[in-house]
Amino acid sequence: MSVPAWRWFARGSRQAFTLPGFLLFGAFIGFGALTREAGLSLAQTLYMNTVIWALPAEIILIGAMFAGASLPAAALGVALSSVRLMPMVVVLVPEMRASSTRGWVLYALSHFIAVTSWVISLDKFREVPRAWRTTWYFGLGLTLVAGANSILAAIYLLAPQLPAFAAAALFFLTPMYFLLSLWGSAREFASHAAMVAGLVLGPLFHLWMPGIDLIAAGLIGGLGAFALHMAARRKKAGQS
Amino acid sequence: MMSFQSIDAWWWPYLFITLAGFLPTDIWRWAGVALGTRLDETSPSMMLVRAIATAQVAAVIGNLVVFPQCALAAVPLAGRIIAVLAGFAAYLLTGRKLIAGMLVAEGLLFAAMAF
Repeated sequence: MSVPAWRWFARGSRQAFTLPGFLLFGAFIGFGALTREAGLSLAQTLYMNTVIWALPAEIILIGAMFAGASLPAAALGVALSSVRLMPMVVVLVPEMRASSTRGWVLYALSHFIAVTSWVISLDKFREVPRAWRTTWYFGLGLTLVAGANSILAAIYLLAPQLPAFAAAALFFLTPMYFLLSLWGSAREFASHAAMVAGLVLGPLFHLWMPGIDLIAAGLIGGLGAFALHMAARRKKAGQS
Repeated sequence: MMSFQSIDAWWWPYLFITLAGFLPTDIWRWAGVALGTRLDETSPSMMLVRAIATAQVAAVIGNLVVFPQCALAAVPLAGRIIAVLAGFAAYLLTGRKLIAGMLVAEGLLFAAMAF
């Protein structure tokens, strides 16, 4: 009990500067280039990143905004991409909560839950006393958002000076980081099958039915993967 | 229908981002808190929703690689795809080491740009 609260906040904050944190910051260098190319202002970019804090949702929103999609269509695309956050929150909340933790604290902190802080927390929570986990997580989440926003701001000032090969390499970090971390966080066969289907169907549907390509790839790829999973399970059940 | 371009006022982009970005995202986070431990994560319907969401995010990744914006488009498509596949293979072969996958993919991308 001798360790004061601010120390737990600082310890959480320090976790932002480990490998997953640096990869996230690297991905934001590419994302900053994307928002800049798309024509979003710096203030709009920082607002979007702070209130959404989920890169895939932000990429979908930017795509929808500049394709001239209607507000409900854009919201639907974002909502579908953010469904994945719910099970992540469901997994993390029981680990974060102490018996004395108030509900509003969890609702507020849930805003910071995205792939990076989720991976770090599941790894490090056991080193943090239960009573200090919300404080620790607040430090981590706030630092990741602040760090990402600092990078976005820097990109708006530096991007024109970046050599082409460096810009290409940095822009490549985003899909690569998501590919690997999404594969790593998928727990079941259906999710891995859905991922492979989405990777192939996304570009195909982009050519075939632009505008609804992501929703179509998500529904068809997801349903197909799920059907495959159920068929495999039924076959297994039939054998035993 | 109202789109991002339909109202020319300084506050419209912020309202659009709030309604079409913030709300549809955080509603799932709030639902996650509300359900907490009560929801069975292994139920089939939950798995279906997760599979659809996963496929959609994967579609975003695929589009970023195949139809990239800005400087990445200068690298030939074959070079980009080979870099992704090799990076993914390196990730799996090293027992899911994120850094190995990233380094191999970036290294091959540089090689593709050099040729």
